[in-house]
Amino acid sequence: MSRLYVARSPRVAARSLDGEMMIMSGRDSTLFTLNRTATILWQAADGITPLDEIVRLRICAEFDVEPAAALADAEQLSRDLASHEILQVSDKPIPQPGAPSGEAP
Amino acid sequence: MSGLLEEMTAKALKLNIPLSVQLDLTYRCNERCVHCYLDHEDHGEMSAAEIKGLLNEMAEAGVFILTLSGGEIFLRKDFFEILEYARRKLTFCVKLKTNAILIRETEAARIRDLGVESVQISIYSHRPEVHDAITLVPGSLQRSLDAARFLKSQGLRVILANVLMAQNFQDYPSLRALAAEMGLESTIDPTITPMMDGDRSVLNLGIHRDALRQVFRDSSLVGNVEEFCAVAPEADENSLEALPCSASHTTCYVSPYGDVFPCVQFPLPTGNVRKQRFIDIWRHSKQMNEVRSIRLKDLTTCPSCTHVSQCSRCPGLAYLEGNMRGPSSQDCERSFAKTGIPSANMLAKRPSAGNLVQIRLHSSSACAPAPGAIA
Repeated sequence: MSRLYVARSPRVAARSLDGEMMIMSGRDSTLFTLNRTATILWQAADGITPLDEIVRLRICAEFDVEPAAALADAEQLSRDLASHEILQVSDKPIPQPGAPSGEAP
Repeated sequence: MSGLLEEMTAKALKLNIPLSVQLDLTYRCNERCVHCYLDHEDHGEMSAAEIKGLLNEMAEAGVFILTLSGGEIFLRKDFFEILEYARRKLTFCVKLKTNAILIRETEAARIRDLGVESVQISIYSHRPEVHDAITLVPGSLQRSLDAARFLKSQGLRVILANVLMAQNFQDYPSLRALAAEMGLESTIDPTITPMMDGDRSVLNLGIHRDALRQVFRDSSLVGNVEEFCAVAPEADENSLEALPCSASHTTCYVSPYGDVFPCVQFPLPTGNVRKQRFIDIWRHSKQMNEVRSIRLKDLTTCPSCTHVSQCSRCPGLAYLEGNMRGPSSQDCERSFAKTGIPSANMLAKRPSAGNLVQIRLHSSSACAPAPGAIA
């Protein structure tokens, strides 16, 4: 199975509010909030690190979850976010110059 | 406001986070609108480097919605450098306010590429002879509308913002129709802001009471007229504990010179970002905290007013009248136009019977103002 790469869409607005990520879609100004796990995934979505590595290094390291189940959930979440155009998903790396994470500089 | 944004705003309020800031990049302008409250001379605008530093501080403070306004923002040669920094590096939700006359196809495409949330354009009429007589720039309506089309063709959200004055009042239905035809949103606002130096003569440009009454009875604007114009329910203890508005609570304003105010319409100086960190002004300014401490029950005239529980009272306009805890006459007029019932402030300003006696030596009760009338 090929690896998935995820990258934050450059057209969204994002800001962390008390650990919860607020994201406004660049397509239709819909506002989303991400829970803690989804926020970790969002912040790690640099287009270079494969999703399975993000899950292994960031999610499984912090939460007590089965890696296979966590990866399946992460893939589903990534595709959901991609359907709202707030995340890009590809089977190839997605290089992004200085991709911002919504965290303060 | 969407449910989620409301929820985020409540969270920001609880955490004392300035969720939304308006930053004016310049007071210079290429129009000379008759009702404008600004001094268009440049008295030392912040440089791009200073603004980027400020934007870093704002992002760190948790600001999410950043409105870039002026003056005319496109008069700054470094405007796109600032916008790109705000969007690409700091991921603010950026809204622009502009007259748009410098926006052509190239600028519209760049605004779209940078993921701007919306562009609000000031338009006062669908007729050039009316709009251009307000901006004092011949051809400005055509250029602004062309820009609106360029922006719309890029898929951007465009809002035509109209300030209602005696001069353009009759045109608002046609302007709204034009906006709808172009696929744009539109807003109207009868508020005229006094000049920043306190000069209130521009208020004479505002619409007459009867016109305001007519606006508030236009169901295409207000929805259910009966509901919109209903007398406010009696205020209880809870409603008197309410915050007057979001200024200093989740929003504030920064001038091109770095001065921080509770709101663009509330010019109470609270600090300057050239001397202090933005977050320190937000959290610790004595003035910011004073505004923050005011509840409806603390106001001077309003708590006893019939309209208090539903009044749109603007504390900034009240401040410009001389007392931030006092009433705002423009909002009293609004409540009166809606309901026909004078506000406590209007009643207090009525000539008293005593005065009438002094002026008219043989006054009778027939000389007293009729119930419901105003002075």
